[in-house]
Amino acid sequence: MAEETLRIEVRQLNLFYGQVQALRNINLQVMSGLVTALVGPSGCGKSSFLRTINRMNDMIPGARVEGQVLLDGVDVYGTMDVASLRKRVGMVFQKPNPFPRSIFENVAYGPRIHGQKNPAELRDLVEQSLRQAALWDEVKDKLHRSAYILSGGQQQRLCIARALAVGPEILLMDEPASALDPIATARIEELVHQLKSQYTIVIVTHNLQQASRVSQHAAFFLAGELVEAGTTSDLFTAPKDRRTEDYLTGRFG
Amino acid sequence: MSLRPSPFHDQLESLQQDVLKMGTIVEQALGDAVAALASGDLERAQRVIAGDDELDRMEIAIEQTCLTLIALHQPLASDLRILGTALKLVTDIERIGDHAVDIAKVAVRLDAEPLIKPLVDIPEMAAVVRRMIRECLSAYVRRDPALAREMIGLDDQVDHLYSRVFRDLLAEMIESPDKTRQGAYLLLVAQYLERVGDHATNFGEWIVYMVTGERVDLNA
Ligand SMILES: Nc1ncnc2c1ncn2[C@@H]1O[C@H](COP(=O)(O)OP(=O)(O)OP(=O)(O)O)[C@@H](O)[C@H]1O
Ligand SMILES: [Mg+2]
Repeated sequence: MAEETLRIEVRQLNLFYGQVQALRNINLQVMSGLVTALVGPSGCGKSSFLRTINRMNDMIPGARVEGQVLLDGVDVYGTMDVASLRKRVGMVFQKPNPFPRSIFENVAYGPRIHGQKNPAELRDLVEQSLRQAALWDEVKDKLHRSAYILSGGQQQRLCIARALAVGPEILLMDEPASALDPIATARIEELVHQLKSQYTIVIVTHNLQQASRVSQHAAFFLAGELVEAGTTSDLFTAPKDRRTEDYLTGRFG
Repeated sequence: MSLRPSPFHDQLESLQQDVLKMGTIVEQALGDAVAALASGDLERAQRVIAGDDELDRMEIAIEQTCLTLIALHQPLASDLRILGTALKLVTDIERIGDHAVDIAKVAVRLDAEPLIKPLVDIPEMAAVVRRMIRECLSAYVRRDPALAREMIGLDDQVDHLYSRVFRDLLAEMIESPDKTRQGAYLLLVAQYLERVGDHATNFGEWIVYMVTGERVDLNA
């Protein structure tokens, strides 16, 4: 069991897309050594929130952030360099998005731009990342074929390997299994379970059963607000807020 | 945000009606058992004993419904607590039913023989535990944790009456050894009723959990 320490602390976070406020006064603590799930209805701001952690919203014209996101106590919106932030905070998206390159190159790409030039070390790193993503055995004989020959579930694990290859500390996953069948989904969930001792994981999911299976902490978002956060077990069996209750029991019309 | 009714919630509602129905039958059975004992009405005692099969069937049916609803709907929050609570409550209700049968069997064993003296404290104990069961049931349908907590307070009266019955019967038995057999049976009855009070207390604690999400131990 990894140590559970405070890793990310979000304080009074507001996010605006132009005139529209997408997140309101969010306060949340994310611990290492466990998985934090973000749940809530479509459009409530889960993906937006995830993107504030690694400053992906910076790329959206008109997006503006107020408040603080502290990573190990240091504000990512302060003097921290964005490239090194993104190296520390990896992201996996809903739809697998491999590059139009070989399987090997997909994984080697990140380390290479971060300065890893030694071919032997690069090969080791690729293998290690693919093993961590539970994909190695399936691709070890076709590393130099296009990533597009892989199935959707394999592509998603490739994207996870790609994210792991640059040695992040934190993994943000935005509905990583929503495009996958139940077996591929189970593999991703198993993977999340294995990775949680080494990484701080924040995962967005629409699937409440998935959230209950993979996460130890959970937060419920509604209309840009964080309504309630706590251990998954408390939140899912005995939520304190009526709105969480109505969402979890499917009573929202 | 509007609330949406669903077939699942209708099924949950009807499940709770079944629990209520089972509880009502058990409360009645307990009343019948104690009345049969006090009046030596063997036929009434036999009816209580025969009624137990139906209660067992109800328990199994409710459990099955709970498990099916959990498997098919994977409920969360209060829906999950309602189902978890129903599973626990039927067990307590079924045990109370067993004690009603135990008491009816004592009535049968005593075979309408004249009692040492008219029963006073035992019917009073029975009245208190039946009141506890009725209040459990109304706290359950009204989702009223305050009523459940208040009901649990009655268990002190049950315990108090139990010690008195115990003391009195013991004294009788020491004084007149020919009353030992009947005294021993009546002691058992008092003990069954005391256990019923404990099951009602559990029942009340589960209602508090179902409504508030807090697990409490109220008879500590
Ligand atoms: N680039 C953008 N520009 C303007 N508005 C945006 C942008 N991205 C998201 N929004 C708006 O912000 C709100 C939150 O969107 P977001 O994608 O964070 O929701 P979500 O909870 O991830 O939803 P879903 O579960 O459907 O993925 C929505 O109203 C959305 O329309
Ligand atoms: Mg999203």
